[in-house]
Amino acid sequence: MDNAQLEELARQCRRHIVRMIHSAGAGHPGGSLSAIDILVALYANKLRFDVENPDWDDRDRFVMSKGHASPAVYSILHEVGFISEADMMSFRKIGSVCQGHVDMKWTDGVDFSAGSLGMGLSFGLGCALAARMDSSDRDIWVMVGDGETQEGQFWEAAMAADFHSVGRLNLIVDRNRIQNDDFVEVQMEVGDVAKKLSSFGWNVKEIDGHSMEEVVSAIEWSSSNISSPTAIVAHTTKGKGVSFMENNPSFHGKAPTDEELRMSLEELS
Amino acid sequence: MSAPSTGGASRDGYGSALLRLSSDPRVVVLEADLGKSTKSCHFRELYPERTISLGIAEQNMVLVASGMASSGKIPFASTFAIFTERGFEQVRNGVARPGLVVHLCGSHGGVHTGTDGSSAQSIEDLALYRTIPGMTVMHPCDDLSAEELTVQLLNHDNPSYTRTARNKTPRMYDQETCKSLKIGKGSVLREGGDVAIISCGVMVSESMKAAEYLSSKGIEATVVDMHTLKPLDTDLIDELAGRCKGLVTAEDHSVIGGLGGAVAEHVSYNGGTPLRMVGVPDRFGESGTPQDLMEAMGITYGDIAASCESLMS
Repeated sequence: MDNAQLEELARQCRRHIVRMIHSAGAGHPGGSLSAIDILVALYANKLRFDVENPDWDDRDRFVMSKGHASPAVYSILHEVGFISEADMMSFRKIGSVCQGHVDMKWTDGVDFSAGSLGMGLSFGLGCALAARMDSSDRDIWVMVGDGETQEGQFWEAAMAADFHSVGRLNLIVDRNRIQNDDFVEVQMEVGDVAKKLSSFGWNVKEIDGHSMEEVVSAIEWSSSNISSPTAIVAHTTKGKGVSFMENNPSFHGKAPTDEELRMSLEELS
Repeated sequence: MSAPSTGGASRDGYGSALLRLSSDPRVVVLEADLGKSTKSCHFRELYPERTISLGIAEQNMVLVASGMASSGKIPFASTFAIFTERGFEQVRNGVARPGLVVHLCGSHGGVHTGTDGSSAQSIEDLALYRTIPGMTVMHPCDDLSAEELTVQLLNHDNPSYTRTARNKTPRMYDQETCKSLKIGKGSVLREGGDVAIISCGVMVSESMKAAEYLSSKGIEATVVDMHTLKPLDTDLIDELAGRCKGLVTAEDHSVIGGLGGAVAEHVSYNGGTPLRMVGVPDRFGESGTPQDLMEAMGITYGDIAASCESLMS
């Protein structure tokens, strides 16, 4: 897909995201909307997967460590054919394949069971080590939130990934600057994440996470670098695409009202 | 306590088992700087390409293991029992919840660990892992049984936690008898009709000593090596409850939530079989020799025998 097509797909996904969360009456719009441009570019243009064979051994893995951004994942899984409209809209309801936080046990196309922050990079490292043992060229992509880098385990994994020189491990940090309670800088400023990862031995690139051109080119850069772990620090806007959610901590984990849904869909039309 | 026999500690059995499992290329070993202690070091020596060193970082180790399990490997990860607990939530959320088959081994469990003191003496690990849906929880009593049960994990469909002990205890099995062991099935080591002692780990040999002592006083005890705490062999417990005057559990673990807790949960539904629990009271350990500590905590063969006698009176 070209960038214009990717942008259009991202717009569709943003509509799914706000509809899903409104229907469930709960969920995390802010971090879903900040991450979606990157997910769209990955799923539409990069990841190797087979909708007919979700457990295919040599598929690329996408580890969504910030599992509360599940609506972003479900929206793109719907668009690429893993889950139906009805499945998507059953988000957070009893028996739904779309659990509140992404869960590999429940949803075809989901490679990790998230919900507890700080674990995804370690899991991705395990996937990458196994791929190397199998001499497989499958790529492992991990997305974390910036607040999530406050977890010590994240840095345990960052250190280990460099030590084990896993080249096919690709990290994306969604640097949207807001976490559950407030702005990251208020809760526990994480500072220059790119510099920190770089000092841990990672190859790092910083981009505007909403510029499709920069996103697509960074994904290519990351996947072509297989000599060391690579990280893309994507500067994003929490709630991107819905004006009253943008950069607004109260929409980290709150469903839109009926009126807010109407306004959101109007902006995303 | 009996003088150590020619056998090794149960942690040595874990190390031997990994070598036997090495012929399966899916088997990988993960370490957190304690491979010399848990005995995974022997595997590392022969198969460095399948051994992953994660440094002193247990939480990361648990999730690296689950990532590998999701990619077709059969990971065996070990550290001290107490340090596995640092990764407890990782085991809960990152291993068991998605149903990924990771085998975790915690060595140096219990006050029997000795002079290192209370920081190293996990007395709650069995209780913790028993609460996780789908986890198999084991605590073998000697090196040969630990080896046999660990080898059986190769074809096991659930994630597991196995506690091993630092120190040698008398062997309860030989090369032949240990082959009859099966995950999830208690092993009856001695038959007696008056009382049944259900034990695990280092307390199995103490239980055998207690049974010999009781026999000299006219009380005949059955002794069970309940190496698997979960799934618990409830058929065997029901059978023993039906033909004995009561049950005594014996473990080097808190009386809260371990083997005693598991048996108590079960018998509360079967008509309330009289039960006594010998275990570490609700307190931390301290430095001392294994024998000193077992006496201080009230978990010697004498304590087991006294509990049995109290059921008979």
